[in-house]
Amino acid sequence: MSTEKNMIPCRKMFTDTLVELARQDKDIVAVTTDARGSVTLDAFAKELPAQFVELGIAEQNAVGIAAGLVSAGKKAFVCGPACFYVARSLEQVKIDVAYSANPVKILGVSGGVSYGALGFSHHSLHDIAVLRTFPGMHIVLPCDIFQTRKLVEELIDYPYPVYIRVGRNAVPNVYESENIEFKIGKANQIAEGNDLAIIGTGETVYHCLEASKILKKKGISARVIDMHTLKPFDKEIVEKAAVETGRIITVEEHSIFGGLGSAVTEIVSQKNPVPVRILGIPDEFAIHGKPLEIFHYYGIDTEGIVNAALQIG
Amino acid sequence: MSNVTEAVIQRLQLQSEKIRKRLVEIVYMSKSGHIGGSLSSVEIETALYFYVMNVDSKNPQKEGRDRFILSKGHSMEALYATLAAAGFIDNSLLDTYGKFQSPLAGHPTKKIPGIELNSGALGHGLSVGVGLAIAAKMDQKPYRTYVLMGDGEQGEGSIYEAAMSASHYKLDNLIAIIDRNCLQISGKTEDVMSLEPMRQRWEAFGWEVFDVDGNNIADVVNNFENMNCNNKPKLMIAHTTKGCGVSFMEKVAKWHHGVPNEEQYTEAITEIEDRINRLSKLL
Repeated sequence: MSTEKNMIPCRKMFTDTLVELARQDKDIVAVTTDARGSVTLDAFAKELPAQFVELGIAEQNAVGIAAGLVSAGKKAFVCGPACFYVARSLEQVKIDVAYSANPVKILGVSGGVSYGALGFSHHSLHDIAVLRTFPGMHIVLPCDIFQTRKLVEELIDYPYPVYIRVGRNAVPNVYESENIEFKIGKANQIAEGNDLAIIGTGETVYHCLEASKILKKKGISARVIDMHTLKPFDKEIVEKAAVETGRIITVEEHSIFGGLGSAVTEIVSQKNPVPVRILGIPDEFAIHGKPLEIFHYYGIDTEGIVNAALQIG
Repeated sequence: MSNVTEAVIQRLQLQSEKIRKRLVEIVYMSKSGHIGGSLSSVEIETALYFYVMNVDSKNPQKEGRDRFILSKGHSMEALYATLAAAGFIDNSLLDTYGKFQSPLAGHPTKKIPGIELNSGALGHGLSVGVGLAIAAKMDQKPYRTYVLMGDGEQGEGSIYEAAMSASHYKLDNLIAIIDRNCLQISGKTEDVMSLEPMRQRWEAFGWEVFDVDGNNIADVVNNFENMNCNNKPKLMIAHTTKGCGVSFMEKVAKWHHGVPNEEQYTEAITEIEDRINRLSKLL
């Protein structure tokens, strides 16, 4: 894996890739809600104003308009803070996007606890749980810039509505380059191991991988799975992990209710029940702090994962 | 200011009454539906589907077609009857309405030819219409987007987000219609939550407003035909009567989603058929 420190946030990689592709494809439209700075859409707005729709602070309107644009044949990406798009405009996501089968792409930036110090109003720790229940809605949390780039390329003509959550800060690379296998709905096994399986999504994947390295030194071989897509969910890789490792830890920057851990247990409990330890944010309003401080507090960082691995039966 | 011939108006009036009869039938048969707001919107939808809009029932996805969005999705019975009359769906399909596994839901779904958006939750249609209208401008295509809202629906705040953006983007290809029947499920709109002065509010948002007798098809058609490209989105305030065309339902809030009993049904159908017979003789 890459040792060079990455300085590019995934949101920036997302929009850089989008503007690159939008130069060649006039049907690509970016929609935002006074969030061009937060999303890093300034370059898109400046270079491609005819493909850019600014709506001011009005998320409900933005999602509805994106649905209309898609209905008319456009490839609309509605972009803004995750916390608002999966709360204020949730009914528009439910009806205008999912129920109406309008393949809008919703980019939720600064998701999870990225806005850690701003408080619970700005956290989005419920998004996976809620959106999983909308039929036809796909959900992807890329773990690094390389995967983000591959994701954007696949999203352009992807025929389903997709919610994408990325964080705010640059995160370490998990992959070495953009020359990687990536397909929405197909999880990646990124470390071999048969003593237990650690399944992460989004920014926790890096911590899962680091934990597996520490565990290896302690004589524990941990399989690591990058579950970038929460829906459609890669059942096979989870069933295989359950059979071959017998113990699973899930790690998510999300409520312990309804997210990755729930999705895994829903599958594992059907055929091959094995112990599953769900690491995430418990049923409380998350503490304030820097994202990594919050990760550490709730045990979803490398150290927390190692500790959980040593404890799981 | 009449641009449309008397014969055309009479034909449209007759069509309206046939649609009115059919929607009463399907509400009675299914024992469900929103009859009051369906009856008030009949002339608006008849005008759009049988005169104003560029749509093709044989090719519902036709490139460049005008778009219609029923934002007040609960008035679906009127739209089903209109779509059947216009040939988008088979008339016999309406007989399945309200039955187990019928493809016809109580609110619009895109599975039915001619329907552009699943709706039912209020306050959504205008934003989607703004998106369609922006796309038409981007592509320099001449189609128009029509969005029919209820007056009770005007309580939804998202409508005013959409209203702002429509004038900001100068969407003169977007036409909103409010079925101003002055009643909502709990009673008079002005008692539940006052909506006046409706014209001034929308004008303040930068819209061009047309006050129209919404159950007078000549007035509806002529106003649609007189909307020009002047950089302003258009709002037709269609002053209508809830329950229009069935005397005992008119202006009575309980008929928002009431279902007639056998006697009431017969009375309603007799009244509508009398008008159909009279109009048929004129043609």
